Amino acid sequence: MLAPYPQLVVAGFRRYATYRQAALAGLSTNLVFGLLRAAVLVAVLAERPVVAGYDVAVAVTYVWLGQGLLTVVLLWGDSELSTRVRTGDVVVDLGRPWDLQAALLATDLGRAGFAVLSRLVPPMAFGALLFPVRWPERPATWALFAVAVVLAVVVSFGVRFLLNASAFWLLDARGVLAVWGVAGGVLSGLVIPLAWFPAAAQAALAWTPAPSLFQIPIDVFTERGDPFGALAAQAGWALLLLAVGRLVLRRGSARLVVQGG
Amino acid sequence: MADPAVPGTTGAVYRRIVGSRIRSQLSYRASFALDVVAQTIGQSIELVAVLVVFTQVEQLGGFARHEVLVMYGIAATAFGLADLAVGQVEELANHIRTGELDVLLLRPLGALAQIISADVALKRLGRVGAGLAVLAHALATAGIEWTPVRVLLAATAPLVGAVIFGAVWVAANTVSFWVVDGREFSNSVTYGSNFSTSYPATVYGPWVRRVLCFAVPSAFVAYFPALALLGRTDPLGLPAALPYCAPPVAALTVVAAALVWRAGVRRYQGTGS
Repeated sequence: MLAPYPQLVVAGFRRYATYRQAALAGLSTNLVFGLLRAAVLVAVLAERPVVAGYDVAVAVTYVWLGQGLLTVVLLWGDSELSTRVRTGDVVVDLGRPWDLQAALLATDLGRAGFAVLSRLVPPMAFGALLFPVRWPERPATWALFAVAVVLAVVVSFGVRFLLNASAFWLLDARGVLAVWGVAGGVLSGLVIPLAWFPAAAQAALAWTPAPSLFQIPIDVFTERGDPFGALAAQAGWALLLLAVGRLVLRRGSARLVVQGG
Repeated sequence: MADPAVPGTTGAVYRRIVGSRIRSQLSYRASFALDVVAQTIGQSIELVAVLVVFTQVEQLGGFARHEVLVMYGIAATAFGLADLAVGQVEELANHIRTGELDVLLLRPLGALAQIISADVALKRLGRVGAGLAVLAHALATAGIEWTPVRVLLAATAPLVGAVIFGAVWVAANTVSFWVVDGREFSNSVTYGSNFSTSYPATVYGPWVRRVLCFAVPSAFVAYFPALALLGRTDPLGLPAALPYCAPPVAALTVVAAALVWRAGVRRYQGTGS
């Protein structure tokens, strides 16, 4: 039974590797926004040399890592499941001899794997050429960062799966996905470091999976705070979201009405 | 780009197209409402980022919070209006890929006008609304000494800015005539110029600023009009007349966009699909 999933990881990787021009075009957007975002944070740090523990090196590392992780973690642009629910194709998926959630997760991990090569490494290299990037001081940080990125992808998948599954009830999940796409960016610490938010907002966000997506991997890389506690929080959210996703899928498919034609 | 045979009916045709698209959007009510909410949140979220920055510092690029909010308000409203009016031009890449553009070019109506009127996304009103709210608040609290010129400037700046954004959108998306799947390239210009206008131009390094002023004239959307409204001299020492130059710059941008569009259509050969 385990056999199809590693193949789906490879298939996910190869599917996205096919569209090289699209990857290149997306990369150009990442770089332009990286330059603009870095300029804003550097202008902030021109007023005060250190803001909430961020100096220029940490701030530009934060920006370029965030730009790189954007496509890996994938905040928006995944409406596959909800589209298949709307068109009815999901019936075919549910009938196949696999676990639908695990199959989608495997494909998503493959996609993320290609995104690491095509969308995470180039912006980091570009940023490192133009800005004083803060590299990890402890060798172990690289391994911890890799774990944090994988967990961030799983948490993001868990959230996207739930939002997409809302199509079982709403028929059209585009609005829900759009709200997440815009709100998720700020709440997950992609736009402005969460450490710059007022303490109350930070405390509230700590109770959500949002920081697991971008802020935690970036914190692990820049060696801010205890990495093991952060990874444990990510793992907890990953498991919880996957478990809730299973439940929702079961309830959703139970009320699925297959329309003929 | 043939002219219609009976000129008087063209307006009626577009009105019917737009009307039918608007009705179709209102049919999935829950999703439409959420889309409007998403657009409003989208605009407000960018505002949160600006406000969070000002919890950490007193000024940014030499401008205080209330001054940056004036720029942000003008930029957000202008972007929302432009998005509402011509945002559908983003679909050009899809029209080319699917061969739909051939159909549009054969009809006795302007191809660009057809693309733009094909799907007036009403959900973008959420963005305009959020922008207007911030702008009204910012103008009321920025301590502006109102003169007739400044009232005129405040009223026209979002519209002039929308014209600049709209022209930039059209020009940026024509890249699809030359590059397959050029949407992401144009996004870096369109959304990049939107992001950049929300902050003072002084935030950016010299060469980014040159691109912003001259290649993509987004500094004329909000930065220069805000200088004139706030009665501030340009910290960069640029000529004192520049803050009032947005309307002619907008006109030039439209001419440039029209030329780029015609060059693109002329070059178009179809994908064979």
